[in-house]
Amino acid sequence: MKEGVARFWREIPQRYNFMGNKCEVCSRMFFPPRESCPICRRKSIGKMKDLKFSGKGEVITYSIIHVGPSGFEEQTPYPIAIIRLEEGPQITAQIVDCPLDEIKIGMKVESTFRKIQQDGRTGAIYYGYKFKKQR
Amino acid sequence: MEEIGIVSYGAHIPRYRIKAEVIAKVWGKDGDAISRGLGIFEKSVPSVDQDTATIAVEAIRHALKRCTLDPSQIGAIYVGSESHPYAVKPTGTIVGEAIGATPDLMVADYEFACKAGTAAIQTCLAFVKAGMIKYGVAIGADTSQAAPGDALEYSASAGGAGFIIGKTNVIATINHTLSYTTDTPDFWRRAEMKYPSHGGRFTGEPAYFKHIMNCANNLMTTACTKPQDYTYAIFHQPNGKFPVNVAKKLGFTMDQVKQGLMVPYIGNTYSGASMIGLASVLDVAKPGDRIFMTSYGSGAGSDGFDMTVTENIKRLAREKAPSVAELVADKEYVDYGVYSKMTNLLFLE
Repeated sequence: MKEGVARFWREIPQRYNFMGNKCEVCSRMFFPPRESCPICRRKSIGKMKDLKFSGKGEVITYSIIHVGPSGFEEQTPYPIAIIRLEEGPQITAQIVDCPLDEIKIGMKVESTFRKIQQDGRTGAIYYGYKFKKQR
Repeated sequence: MEEIGIVSYGAHIPRYRIKAEVIAKVWGKDGDAISRGLGIFEKSVPSVDQDTATIAVEAIRHALKRCTLDPSQIGAIYVGSESHPYAVKPTGTIVGEAIGATPDLMVADYEFACKAGTAAIQTCLAFVKAGMIKYGVAIGADTSQAAPGDALEYSASAGGAGFIIGKTNVIATINHTLSYTTDTPDFWRRAEMKYPSHGGRFTGEPAYFKHIMNCANNLMTTACTKPQDYTYAIFHQPNGKFPVNVAKKLGFTMDQVKQGLMVPYIGNTYSGASMIGLASVLDVAKPGDRIFMTSYGSGAGSDGFDMTVTENIKRLAREKAPSVAELVADKEYVDYGVYSKMTNLLFLE
């Protein structure tokens, strides 16, 4: 899969360090970060504060991918899960280092730093978060 | 005397393993005889989404979990490896960003076969001693390569360890360090080659043993110590036999060596090898313990370290990150087919 390096570079704070943000008006937390709070709208302008998320959460649901998209063929079968982060937002991410029959809804997970994809053998390598069972 | 040394530490070992007997079966060899001969029973295998950068990040994040250091206080990151993901683009910048240490810091990648990580410790130590930085990060990590069917295939594995070097809350003072270096072509990988080449038996006496023996003896002369003064001794571990033999030749006992000897169950993690051994020792070390470490990098050179564990180790939250023993025990075996895919022996695009 070809993806521009500039787009990836802009997302490094989220992908590497779970940088989200928080609306200081209503205290809702967002990941990925938002320019403004969709609830407080204009009241939140200038009041969105950067917040580093813990990278911990819980599996809400999951699916096992048997036919992966380009760049992920070598990893099949692999689980993709919707994870509710401790801070509230839900994200989609891969689960790694866990036998498929051990993945359960409600399983506590924590982030781990992995290669996400690369632009072929000559392009850039993109890193970011995946999740593993909490220690 | 001002104490400068290790402030925190962490290790990472991929959880997949392949047994030496499984590799031996593919090539029609006697697995038991090979395991006995090399002193290696199994080795770690990186999954397709792990490389030196991901291992380095996980290792140093473990170090940061154990202490209360604000990563913005880190003034330098040096990553030693012979399997940096890019030929041109530093691993250290990825690590720096992933731990929140950027942008006010010095970064460079090191390469010196299996001792690039200990060379990084020496650099950080010197910077801290000179007062140029408060804290430095030294990492040794590798996803080492071996040609299919080569003797190295039984040992070349993946893993790494990272150390925060500073002069506040030091858990192990580095009393002395020195190196012994010559131009010895025992093992190399030419530019753009996928697998390394080596001089077979030439990697032993004139290479590994000569450099470690001279470095270790020079270090003990400088430190005015003898083997009996040390609680633990760690040597580079390309297989299970060399470190045990060199320890005996120098006058160390198995009791001093075994805590830092990880190679029988994870293989040779190259730049991570002696550093994971040191992490394993720090997992159990008590105040007053004295630690001797001599790494070895082909090409060739050895870095020696004489360290003393301080009272601060009691206050380090060692339990907040997995111990080396836990990392070694957390494993899942793969067969040779999956191993081939994970290490890209199939040359997939």
